[in-house]
Amino acid sequence: MSLKVSLFGITRDIVGTSVIELPAPAPATVGELLAEMRKQYPALGELRSCAVAVNNEYAAHDHPLRTVDEIALIPPVAGG
Amino acid sequence: MTPHLSITDQPIAVAAALAAVQTDAAGAVNAFIGTVRNQSGGRPVRRLHYESYDSMALTQLGHVVAQAYEKWPMLQEVAVVHRKGTLELGDVAVVVAVATPHRAESFAACQFIIDTLKQVVTIWKREEYEDGTEWVAAHP
Repeated sequence: MSLKVSLFGITRDIVGTSVIELPAPAPATVGELLAEMRKQYPALGELRSCAVAVNNEYAAHDHPLRTVDEIALIPPVAGG
Repeated sequence: MTPHLSITDQPIAVAAALAAVQTDAAGAVNAFIGTVRNQSGGRPVRRLHYESYDSMALTQLGHVVAQAYEKWPMLQEVAVVHRKGTLELGDVAVVVAVATPHRAESFAACQFIIDTLKQVVTIWKREEYEDGTEWVAAHP
C-alpha cells in the first residue's frame, strides 16, 4: 500500500513538492506518517505544530490510513 | 439559512457579502472585515500571500458556522468570504457577516466565527518584507 500526501504552506517549502508519494510499505496510521515524515524531513519537527488531515478532517494519531484517503500535512494555519 | 461560504482569488465584494445576509427577520447585521496591514510585530510588510487548501477550508468553515448556529439559535444568515493569492496593503483578506434579530448576538457570533476560523481553517499566510518572506505562525 502506498500513500499520497498533499503539502501546503511551509511544509511544501520544506519537502520541495506539493504532493509526496510514500511507497509501500507506507505508514499505517497518522502517527506513523508524522514520524516517517519527520525522519525524512527534520525541519518538519521544528514547526509550532503539524497536524494531519484525512478526507478534509483533522485526524488523531491512531487514525488508520488507506490508499484511497485524501491525506495532507497541516502546518500552523494563519487565515484571517 | 444556508451559509454563504467561499474562498476566492478575486477581490472580495464586501457589499455583496452584506447583501447576502440581509433578511427581514434580522434587525442586526454585523461584519468583520480583515485587511492587509503595513507591519507585523514592528516589521514593515509589503504584501501578503495567502494559500488555501480549499476543500478542507470550506469543510472546516462549515463546521465553524454550524457551531455558531448551535451557540446562537437565533442566528439567521451567515456569509464568510476569504481571499487567497497575493494581496496588497489595504486589500480585504476576509469578510464575516452575520444577521441576527438583535445586536448583542450579532457581535458575539461574528467574533466567534472569525476567532475560530483563525484556529482551524486551512489557510496560510506568507508575509513579504523588504528583505524576504516568512510563513506566519509556522515556528514557535
